[in-house]
Amino acid sequence: MTAADFKQPAFVRTLPTDALPPPASMTGAIGWARANLFSGPFNILMTVLVILLIVWVVPPLLKFLIIDATWSGTDREACLSSATRPEAGACWAFVRERLPYFIYGSYPIPQRWRVDIFFAMLAIGIAWLLWLRAPRRDLGALYFFIVLPVVSYILLKGWPLIGLANVDTSLWGGALVTIVVATVGIVVSLPVGILLALGRRSRMPAVKLFSVIYIEFVRGVPLITVLFMASVMLPLFVPDAWSPDKLLRALVGIAMFASAYMAEVVRAGLQAIPKGQYEGAMAVGLNYRHMMRLIILPQALKITIPNIVNTYIGLFKDTTLVSIVGMFDLLRTIESARIDPKWATPVTSATGYAVAAIFYFVFCYGMSRYARYTEARLAKSDRR
Amino acid sequence: MTAVPASERPKVSLLYNPRVRTITYQTLLCAVIAFLAWSAINNAIENLRRAHIASGFEFWKFTSGFDISQALIDYSSTSTYGRAFWVGLINTLVVAGIGIVLATVVGFLAGIARLSKNWLLSHIAGGYVELVRNLPLLLQLLFWYNAVLKALPELRDSLTLPGGGFLNNRGLFLPDPIVQPGFEWVLGAFIIGLVGATAFRVWAGRRQERTGEQAPVAWVALGLIVGLPLIIYFLAGQPITLAYPQKGRFNISGGMELLPELVALLLGLVVYTGAFIAEVVRAGILAVAHGQTEAAYSLGLRPGPTLRLVVIPQAMRVIVPPLTSQYLNLTKNSSLAVFVGYPDLVQVFAGTVLNQTGQAVEVIAVTMAVYLTISLVTSLVMNWYNSRMALVER
Repeated sequence: MTAADFKQPAFVRTLPTDALPPPASMTGAIGWARANLFSGPFNILMTVLVILLIVWVVPPLLKFLIIDATWSGTDREACLSSATRPEAGACWAFVRERLPYFIYGSYPIPQRWRVDIFFAMLAIGIAWLLWLRAPRRDLGALYFFIVLPVVSYILLKGWPLIGLANVDTSLWGGALVTIVVATVGIVVSLPVGILLALGRRSRMPAVKLFSVIYIEFVRGVPLITVLFMASVMLPLFVPDAWSPDKLLRALVGIAMFASAYMAEVVRAGLQAIPKGQYEGAMAVGLNYRHMMRLIILPQALKITIPNIVNTYIGLFKDTTLVSIVGMFDLLRTIESARIDPKWATPVTSATGYAVAAIFYFVFCYGMSRYARYTEARLAKSDRR
Repeated sequence: MTAVPASERPKVSLLYNPRVRTITYQTLLCAVIAFLAWSAINNAIENLRRAHIASGFEFWKFTSGFDISQALIDYSSTSTYGRAFWVGLINTLVVAGIGIVLATVVGFLAGIARLSKNWLLSHIAGGYVELVRNLPLLLQLLFWYNAVLKALPELRDSLTLPGGGFLNNRGLFLPDPIVQPGFEWVLGAFIIGLVGATAFRVWAGRRQERTGEQAPVAWVALGLIVGLPLIIYFLAGQPITLAYPQKGRFNISGGMELLPELVALLLGLVVYTGAFIAEVVRAGILAVAHGQTEAAYSLGLRPGPTLRLVVIPQAMRVIVPPLTSQYLNLTKNSSLAVFVGYPDLVQVFAGTVLNQTGQAVEVIAVTMAVYLTISLVTSLVMNWYNSRMALVER
């Protein structure tokens, strides 16, 4: 009997049937919820607890920040709770009135356009550098690292010869100080950090020793003590005539601190480069400077970008500590405004901190998103 | 291959001789640093002399004349500056110690929650980590202190906590355990239990290597370390009594008082460092290849032992070094106490003592030396641990 002789019984299908759709309980929203929220007794418990937490936190927060909030008013009376409004919410009227102070500090009001120009120039510089398809990014780097520092120094500090009145740095404040300190820290710490990292891996014992001592010393102590040192010891160490102003002391402290951390980040990158890269560079006859500039550092910096940005985020958050040496950064201006009798109410503090939280979160989260984006873009070249 | 005689080698200019170059560079560097140090010291001496500030450590024995709100050793305003230093140092260590324990708990819970298969739980944990890591610690500290703790009810309307504690804007008041005679027996039992459990573990390990038989180490250890002292505790007639805080009209007496500054500092440090530890834990667990779990399952291990014997030991190798640096960060960040007025080393010593004596160089140097010592000791322990735990490669 051959296969052709075999008679297919009538009750056997000749074709396979279509697959049944998955049970309704496994697909769509219900299936998703079963798989991700209610997959077992423990998960059900967790889900319920988290939902309770959200219900406990989110509606009161929205109620405080938006529904019960005071949007306009001229003094604390507007933000107090009253018979008609038993629960006073966030006092946005206070923020509205004090916003210029939060941005400029005590910078003289007629001169504030100079700060605005500085912000605009900084924004242009950052966009030019970060937007990858921007034209002439080499000019952008020149602008950011050479033109911008000089022009902003003249603009903010003043140069009576060209008609810009001097503004003492003790009058600077608010977001201006935060951004100036962060920018200087970011711009200074990378090159100094690279030098220190190279020094730490150098074969010259004296160079290596000094780099190690510096890095380990600064990383071993809290930023506050470094700032204290910059603020009380720096004036002692220089001749009386050169005694630096408070802002410069804070800048020196922050830059010293950030450089040491940057050095360790860069060193990790240098160590991750295979030895063959060094040997290859030497074999084609490059000297140390060319080897580092053309072969090693481009690769090392590329793989350390996420960590460099993390250091920058830390630096940005650390700028809040400059208030210990008497600078009025954003957080400090909010601190001094919230206890001002004109606006002091039970809700003023929370409102002020909410403003600060939004400001810092936007900057830090923005930086971390950009780092992730860059990382993903650079990872493309490693894909095979 | 024959050696080229020295006379026939091409003459290289001294400028390009690597040996000469390195020596020149290093001499230059040393000279510059020596010059900077010399001029700094010279200027410092000159400036100090002009300001009539004494130098040296005589001030260590002078009477301080100020009070400290939290002193765990005897201290009053008639004590010396040296005593104030120790009070500050102990307060720093207290806040760092408690903070490290709590931050570890918070961090591990949040890190594991972030990897949970429960969508809601993992996203809530992720939201916590992202929010907290992107806000300055100082902002969080000020928020906890000024917006939360200072906004708590007055003493009259104190919140009563379950278990007999009170919470108001003057701090947290908890029952204080008081040790009665007879407690030494419990302590002794605890030590015996600890020794016994260690011995049993060693014995069980050896036996397992010899015969393959497993012993219930965890249960025996639990019984010895927790059970034995508990039995002795009840046999000795419960030698710990709790002193409950009593609420009066104007103050709360008895019990254990935690300053609002300490509570705020702890909350801030724990929430902040916990988020960083959560990331460390998550990265550590993700670093263990999934094949390890699958291999363990295919060997027949249940999920519990898989986690305990396969995943966690490998994850810990990745977790511990960054975890230690988070502990160090927490210790260093505790110096932000100065902003909420908790009397830690920086607030007491680099703050009040510095202002009163004016001896900036000595005071700052001592403060930095303390933190440096803590960091270096931790690094040494870490290096030892790492060399023990490092993968032995071919």
